[in-house]
Amino acid sequence: MKKGRFGIHGGQFLPETLMNAVIELEEAYEFYSKDEAFVKELDELFKNYTGRPSLLYYAEKMTKDLGGAKIYLKREDLNHTGAHKINNALGQALLAKKMGKTRVIAETGAGQHGVATATAAALMGMECEVFMGKEDIERQALNVYRMELLGSKVHTVTSGTQTLKDAVNETLREWTSRVSDTHYILGSVNGPHPFPTIVRDFQSVIGKEVRSQLQEAEGKLPDVLLACVGGGSNAIGLFYDFIGDESVQLIGCEAAGLGADNPKNAATITNGSVGIFHGMKSYFCQDEYGQIAPVYSISAGLDYPGIGPEHANLYDSGRAKYVPVTDAEAVEAFEYLSKMEGIIPAIESAHAVSYACKLAPKMDKDQIIVINLSGRGDKDVAAIARYRGVDIYE
Amino acid sequence: MSQLLRDIEELIFMSRIKQIFANGKAFIPFVTAGDPNLEITEQLVLAMAEAGADLIELGVPFSDPVSEGLAIQKADERALLAGTTADKIFDMVKRIRKTTDVPLAFMTYINPIFVYGADKFLSNCKECNMDAVIVPDLPFEEKDEILPYCEKYGIDLISLIAPTSKERISMIASQAQGFVYCVSSMGVTGVRNEITTDITQMVSLVKAAQDIPCAIGFGISTPEQAKEMAQKADGVIVGSAIVEIVAQYGENCVKPVRDYVFAMKQAISQ
Repeated sequence: MKKGRFGIHGGQFLPETLMNAVIELEEAYEFYSKDEAFVKELDELFKNYTGRPSLLYYAEKMTKDLGGAKIYLKREDLNHTGAHKINNALGQALLAKKMGKTRVIAETGAGQHGVATATAAALMGMECEVFMGKEDIERQALNVYRMELLGSKVHTVTSGTQTLKDAVNETLREWTSRVSDTHYILGSVNGPHPFPTIVRDFQSVIGKEVRSQLQEAEGKLPDVLLACVGGGSNAIGLFYDFIGDESVQLIGCEAAGLGADNPKNAATITNGSVGIFHGMKSYFCQDEYGQIAPVYSISAGLDYPGIGPEHANLYDSGRAKYVPVTDAEAVEAFEYLSKMEGIIPAIESAHAVSYACKLAPKMDKDQIIVINLSGRGDKDVAAIARYRGVDIYE
Repeated sequence: MSQLLRDIEELIFMSRIKQIFANGKAFIPFVTAGDPNLEITEQLVLAMAEAGADLIELGVPFSDPVSEGLAIQKADERALLAGTTADKIFDMVKRIRKTTDVPLAFMTYINPIFVYGADKFLSNCKECNMDAVIVPDLPFEEKDEILPYCEKYGIDLISLIAPTSKERISMIASQAQGFVYCVSSMGVTGVRNEITTDITQMVSLVKAAQDIPCAIGFGISTPEQAKEMAQKADGVIVGSAIVEIVAQYGENCVKPVRDYVFAMKQAISQ
């Protein structure tokens, strides 16, 4: 059995220059994840800095409006920095610090992981550089300034499609040029082993909290867990603790852009095939020659042509299913949740909200859906306004 | 009987790559296939072979070449934009093989091979008399992804070692085939003013594990650098500097590339 495999997926497909770095990371994580002092320190940060546990909120108005299953929102949007990304960023930054690294680098799509990494770096006194596609820098200008405010340097990535995929390429290139003092805080459950495992473990706090919070509120397990999926970190964070509970349906919502049958989409499971890219074997949007497709989604955070290897395996085994949600559906859900519950979701999370709106009316009233509200939508307000033809600028 | 034939065939194949190091220091130029188009690539291969190239690396362009600096990234983009595919490259190599038997290696990423089908890709390599493949994002731990097919069709899978490899060098070198590609510097491919890695030590660690030729790549562009590197190893690989000539001259690049390869081969042969 090879290291870091999820079924046939995963692995360590990296340039030789980085192999000792990921081996060193694997060893350090193996040690610190079992080190009581480390676990306690991270737990304290989660409580006192991030504000965990995040609320599990019963969306009563939405439930009544849809007329079916009870809907709960896991409020990761209320975390410090406004998304689930901080869970992983704090975990990895602390790990990097213990490893004696003084500098962290990261890719970012929507900017949420970049902001979380910049925040963790500021807190821990580490140097931080973030790589972001030119197109994303334009659609998420506020987050760029936020990272700079936090003391990070933001690099504009102009190669390829100038989005998340290219930001990962550039961060990998940067890591090969300077690896001894630098840790790459990868933002999702993708990339080479051990990243998919490390990121999943740091995010799995989401599902663990949901289990105990729902136990307290309803005295039972949820029926359906819904989360948006780009690389898939918030989804695996929610799903992981429930994988063994066969009665709990796990559903990931992929970004279908202009439509799953339109070339402008990023629905990896729906349209992709097995490939090897960004250090892992998994599903990718690509052509018959293995050229990675220029994907598209209104959501910069889901605008990625691959999916984490553990999701790929959950799909292969039939344990989880993945559904496409279009830009138009996500925007509608973005507006719906804002008006219905007074909660503006990230456009990424709105993909999961949208599917809940389809699913809930078909379910019984005593059934329960938990949606991971992975981030808040403040960053998206200007872009959605522009989508609706309102010419406002941040 | 067929096994015996395969063994003999394999020996012949093996010796082709090692032969390139038999006549003094080897010069190994790289071009991206299909940049600016496959007709020019075909002419470039013939011209470089005439100019003294001992082995020619043909890049199979990939949309996301993470080990490459800007020069080769742009070359891959140009080649893909020109409609280059693996199938068209195989056809080109078949045409080249009517004129020259210069040793040839494909340099590409694991995804284009995996998605095409490793068995089919390497079977095609054999059919057009390729000698080796170099896959920078396929480390030692993952080489089984294509190694069985490389062995099946008698194609050398070239191993890379890097300045960070340290104790991994002997593990990698002991199982290496053909030659060992020594990455001279940290980072991605591209022209560098200075190479600071202790190449001599890298090479001696390789040789201690297996008596196999070592070629140095990444960052080499001038005849002076090539000469210096050749003194420390068995061969010199140059990519970005040639790709930059192709970018500068476009379809008129054949003569300047030939002149460059000639000068570099001269420099390392002194």
